Amino acid sequence: MIAVGEQAPDFTLRDQDGEKVSLSDYKGRKVMLVFYPGDFSPVCGDQLSIYQEVKPEIAEKGVELVGISVDSFFAHKAFQEKLGIDTTLLSDFEPKGEVARAYGSYLEAPLGFANRTLVLVDEDGKVAWTYKSPNPGEFPGANIIFDALG
Amino acid sequence: MADLGSASIPPAGPDDHVRGAGEEGVVVYADLSCPRCAADWPRLRERPGRLVFRHFPVASKHPRSPALHAAAEAAGRQGRFFEMVDSLYADRGRVDDPHLWERVEQLGLDLDRFEADRRSAEIEARVRRDFESGIRAGVTSTPGVFSL
Repeated sequence: MIAVGEQAPDFTLRDQDGEKVSLSDYKGRKVMLVFYPGDFSPVCGDQLSIYQEVKPEIAEKGVELVGISVDSFFAHKAFQEKLGIDTTLLSDFEPKGEVARAYGSYLEAPLGFANRTLVLVDEDGKVAWTYKSPNPGEFPGANIIFDALG
Repeated sequence: MADLGSASIPPAGPDDHVRGAGEEGVVVYADLSCPRCAADWPRLRERPGRLVFRHFPVASKHPRSPALHAAAEAAGRQGRFFEMVDSLYADRGRVDDPHLWERVEQLGLDLDRFEADRRSAEIEARVRRDFESGIRAGVTSTPGVFSL
């Protein structure tokens, strides 16, 4: 897992609409990277749905949520629509899991997807806080995010 | 904005919805549109001891949930909270407004009062209060069950 204080590795990935999004686009703002195993899995759906319900309160803290998984952006679009969420979802699709690996979140074969990890990147692009779930079947409640944001 | 950092669930208070009696029991954070909650509801309501029902509507996932929780709360203002909850979980395919009005009639409630109450800011705040306490307690799925 990437360490607090390190420079967060920059990346450019496609969002659910196929648009390129870079971490550097968020410079000057705080962003919470939400790595998760995959679209349409029951737990992932619960996680992003719960976070959606408190997005205004998270935004009030000056933080934007961004989900990242190894799914294609087409899958992200369908997943976003199914859940009724508007959180940006980025596609760590090719090379598969490259960004998750850079953040120490990737679970190697036979799993082949990111563990549930949260990485708060500050206004200067440094890692300010991280959380790693004990296993991909558990996700951190939204309270954990608010604990981190103070 | 509310503080949504970690905190224990609030103890059962006088304006909680409580079924049953005794020191032992559970606090249940439930979504009235959630199929898992509906499936678990018969077991939860039959268990011995107190059951404290707390609202946990996940609106993005279940767009009808806020309306159903407001309806249950409005029925509660007329003393029929759990009857409304039971009815909503028992017939999840009939939850549009006309179906709610049928329930109001069956339960012998004042429809005008029900309609005014369920759209009130007070009831919206009451539902949100429960939801936020569930967020603080780390509820990640419904039903979220805690021992009293």
